Amino acid sequence: MTVHFCVHDEGDSVGVVVVEGVKAGQTLNGWIMDQDRMIEFPAKSDIPIGHKVAIRDIKAGDTIIKYGVDIGRAVADIGAGEHLHVHNVKTKRW
Amino acid sequence: MGINLRNATFEGWRRDNGRMGVRNHVLILPVDDISNAAAEGVARNIQGTLAIPHAYGRLQFGADLDLHFRTIIGTGCNPNVAAVVVIGIEPGWTGKVAEGIAKTGKPVEAFSIEQNGDINTIAAASRAAYRMVKYATGLKKTRAPIQELWVSTKCGESDTTSGLASCPTVGNSFDKLWENGNTLVFGETSEITGGEHLVAARCRTPEIAEQFMKMFNRYQAVIEANKTNDLSESQPTKGNIEGGLTTIEEKALGNIQKIGKKCTVDGVLDKAEEPTHPGLWFMDSSSAAAEMVTLCAASGFAVHTFPTGQGNVIGNPILPVIKLTANPRTQRTMSEHIDVDVTGLLQKRMNLDEAGDALLDCIIRTADGQHTAAEILGHREFSLTRLYESA
Repeated sequence: MTVHFCVHDEGDSVGVVVVEGVKAGQTLNGWIMDQDRMIEFPAKSDIPIGHKVAIRDIKAGDTIIKYGVDIGRAVADIGAGEHLHVHNVKTKRW
Repeated sequence: MGINLRNATFEGWRRDNGRMGVRNHVLILPVDDISNAAAEGVARNIQGTLAIPHAYGRLQFGADLDLHFRTIIGTGCNPNVAAVVVIGIEPGWTGKVAEGIAKTGKPVEAFSIEQNGDINTIAAASRAAYRMVKYATGLKKTRAPIQELWVSTKCGESDTTSGLASCPTVGNSFDKLWENGNTLVFGETSEITGGEHLVAARCRTPEIAEQFMKMFNRYQAVIEANKTNDLSESQPTKGNIEGGLTTIEEKALGNIQKIGKKCTVDGVLDKAEEPTHPGLWFMDSSSAAAEMVTLCAASGFAVHTFPTGQGNVIGNPILPVIKLTANPRTQRTMSEHIDVDVTGLLQKRMNLDEAGDALLDCIIRTADGQHTAAEILGHREFSLTRLYESA
């Protein structure tokens, strides 16, 4: 079975797409690495390889968690399955 | 069946100061930018030598000048170098560099250009370089335990696959090398932003954690004083963002996977400073690939591990740079730059322990003399770190 995205930890807000050509509407297989568990998830955006998919609904201002750690804040609402990147998430530093 | 590091050996050159090298370069080392042409002239005359031109060395002062000398002398002292011809515009600083390198016991000769001109300098330095190549190529290789191999790490053009797989692969191999008593280094001070608490918690003593945080905070102050925006496109880089990394915090958390799960941070180093005992060291350093790898070479490291996501192509003149990637697009489109393919980690075709062993195997083969992708492709980036403007 192809792994379409990886999640570091089950508490994370995001997964990382690890294959090329993910399209909106596609059902994705996700691997939660720390807990070694598979999940299924529908993509709602086209997402390039290496880019992140939200795996829960996120509100503007929410902290984004990856590796179980704070990686920044949402600057727009992001729905589960949507592309999460520099257009909707910013650093809390600098 | 994993690699048994206790019994593993490599074949290299034992230098007079006791250090083991894995390459045997005769280096033509310019002290300053205006001596590059003479250094390159010598390297054209004498086969088997290597000139390493660079951009600096004039009118520097204070801590910036100290760093220049430490980096140039450290490069000459590196055990991958058998002998050195030093060329500078005038005899004072040229002699200082040669004296620093001579402490290792290796052959070194100094030549200065003023009152000689390039042509006479090149002629005299070429005769010295000729003798050094005879000397270096006559040296016999000897076996040594892997424990004596100094291994550095720094990642570049990272993306999210770096934090998922290629940096954890280095971490796995570092855990094993650390338990084996090797000397290791990581750095990239700005690229720990967002994970500094995790690195501080890994320091072996509260004193080391305090020294680390002092270096970290100093670097943050430099960025705060000079920034004009949130540093997007510089840190993370355009390439990082293209690869899916969104914030410096996300990049940092991927970066620090390189120190594994077991290693403690056993000490901190200033730029181009040499470790004084085995263990994992943090070096306060730039996150720019060529600058950091140049500093690792100047600190005496013999083999470098370099995880990449989007495909940084860096090498170094004297320090073999081993590249690994977990990004299948990078592996597909630029495989000639990659020494260890760990794309299987993301499809569960290999586990982290196997990936760490594959990297260790490549480290040992590289130490035994196999060339890395960067060496074969002629990547010799030698980039000196500057602290501030010249006088």
